[in-house]
Amino acid sequence: MRLTLGPMLYNWSADQWSDFYARIADEAPVERVVLGEVVCSKRLPFYQNRIPDAVERLQRGGKEVVLASLGLVTLRRERKMLAELAESGLPVEVNDLTMLRYLEPGTQFTVGPLVNVYNEGTLGFLANRGATTVCLPPELGLDSVTTLAAAGARLGTGIEVWAFGRLPLAMSARCYHARLAGLAKDSCQFVCDADPDGLAVETLDGQPFLAVNGVQTVSESWANMAGDLDQLSDAGVGALRLSPHTGDMVEVARLFRAAADQRIGPDEAIAGLAALAPERRFSNGFLFGRSGAEWTH
Amino acid sequence: MTGPVLELVCPAGTPAALRAAVNAGAHTVYCGFADETNARNFPGLNFSRDELAAGVAYAHRAGSKVLVAINTFPRAGAEELWHRAVADAHAAGADAVIVADLGLLAHAAERHPGLRRHLSVQAAAANPDAINFYAETFGVKRVVLPRVLSVEEITAINRDIDVETEVFVFGGLCVMAEGRCSLSSYATGLSPNMNGVCSPASHVVYTEEQGELVSRLGDFTIHKVAKDAPAPYPTLCKGCFSAGGQTGHVFEDPISLDAAELIPRLAKAGVVALKIEGRQRSRAYVAAVVKSFRRATDAIAAGRPVPASELAYLTEGQTSTLGAYRKTWR
Repeated sequence: MRLTLGPMLYNWSADQWSDFYARIADEAPVERVVLGEVVCSKRLPFYQNRIPDAVERLQRGGKEVVLASLGLVTLRRERKMLAELAESGLPVEVNDLTMLRYLEPGTQFTVGPLVNVYNEGTLGFLANRGATTVCLPPELGLDSVTTLAAAGARLGTGIEVWAFGRLPLAMSARCYHARLAGLAKDSCQFVCDADPDGLAVETLDGQPFLAVNGVQTVSESWANMAGDLDQLSDAGVGALRLSPHTGDMVEVARLFRAAADQRIGPDEAIAGLAALAPERRFSNGFLFGRSGAEWTH
Repeated sequence: MTGPVLELVCPAGTPAALRAAVNAGAHTVYCGFADETNARNFPGLNFSRDELAAGVAYAHRAGSKVLVAINTFPRAGAEELWHRAVADAHAAGADAVIVADLGLLAHAAERHPGLRRHLSVQAAAANPDAINFYAETFGVKRVVLPRVLSVEEITAINRDIDVETEVFVFGGLCVMAEGRCSLSSYATGLSPNMNGVCSPASHVVYTEEQGELVSRLGDFTIHKVAKDAPAPYPTLCKGCFSAGGQTGHVFEDPISLDAAELIPRLAKAGVVALKIEGRQRSRAYVAAVVKSFRRATDAIAAGRPVPASELAYLTEGQTSTLGAYRKTWR
């Protein structure tokens, strides 16, 4: 089982960003790292000039580096970003099908979880276009994952699932961070930088529910599949995606590595992850066809 | 002086609503089969194969067209159900199918090349590159634009594409990019993409607590209102929540889209068709909305000013919005 560190979805300062990837490069037992901006094109300029150094350091650390494309593309400036991405010389993770227009025929690419790959027909289409790995939409249950992994095996496309971190649930044209601050999106003052894991949204009963991350809505709970790796492995899943958060992501990766290699059991893996951040609630309901917020362990 | 003839694309959740829409002046109606292949998979709604064939015949006799929405994302291992829906829509004489899924588009293009393909809003193709990709790859002839774009952006898109664009002008309003939202399944296990439902009634519970009417979706409270006040349906993204020390409608107010006043600008933007949301609505609602919008499109075609919208009484919570068409919405 391979481990992929997904793209940083939150607005961290450039220094935090660089420090985070330096430590990942040197210490995290992950095979692949996806770098770049998926959520908001306005955030990229703050750390864009840090990307080349991070790429080099991650590659020196033995990691395969993939550059992420933006998740919802509407502006001309954003299309230009995609064109530049296609010429970067590095493999690209497609997070919006717009990116396909910029990849030369025959170019290999990976597909991120925001692209709707729900069935064999779509997987086959993307495989024929050059998809080598597809991270499935998090709302898919184990039956679909199993069917798609079998199809992927026939097509030569690896299947990855969302295994750790707040779930990406929706994208909008509207920025909720700006809306909550009483600001327009175009003059947002980058208020999302105050919430490095997103801003929690509670129900009127004070029940934790969702979190906002600029134009993105994520779950309040942290998805955690560390207790379900046997079933994912049996289903034919080849890679697990860990989504960057504050706290000790290197240790998160080590625990998933140990659990995937069966050096520790599921209970120990879950306990280890809980100990890293006891206040976080976990969820894995999507995998079992239940509401995504549920936790079966 | 005359203007463009804008095609009015109207919802039909039942055969009766289809006939009501056609009688009220719909240029086109859209509908779906009674199963998970379409994004309004509600109990008691939608068409059998025979009903669709009869509906197509009725519409065609009146000079109206019928589009069939097959716009959920086929379930792995069960694509045959969606393939059959496309074949049956073709056989029933539908004028086009409205599709979102890449695999299903590829199937329809290969197996039913003579059947016109429209790209569903559920594909959320929000820029010229994405639209041209669908046009070139699958021969898509029309794109229903996602409700994330301003009129200025729609104008710019139409300059860079060769296919038709259709936009929503009235009814329910998705706040999120369509087809990219799992909020409903996070709370209930059922989603628009997989099951054709959002915030499904099967998972809604109303209770009275301390003099308030509380509406829950799954395990989560979406609204609380005074016991005798009207309670909006608990659509997740229109709920009342707390975040950052504030309590309110974090994502969107319980509000509907009414872009009637923008029709002249949408026409200038190069849009060819105006879509009304609401296959779950009654035939009386459909008839009223269609009549009102038909007066607007007739006025545009005749070069007259568009009459003021008289539909406020039909919109959710009596308030309406221009949504993302106005850039400050963001």
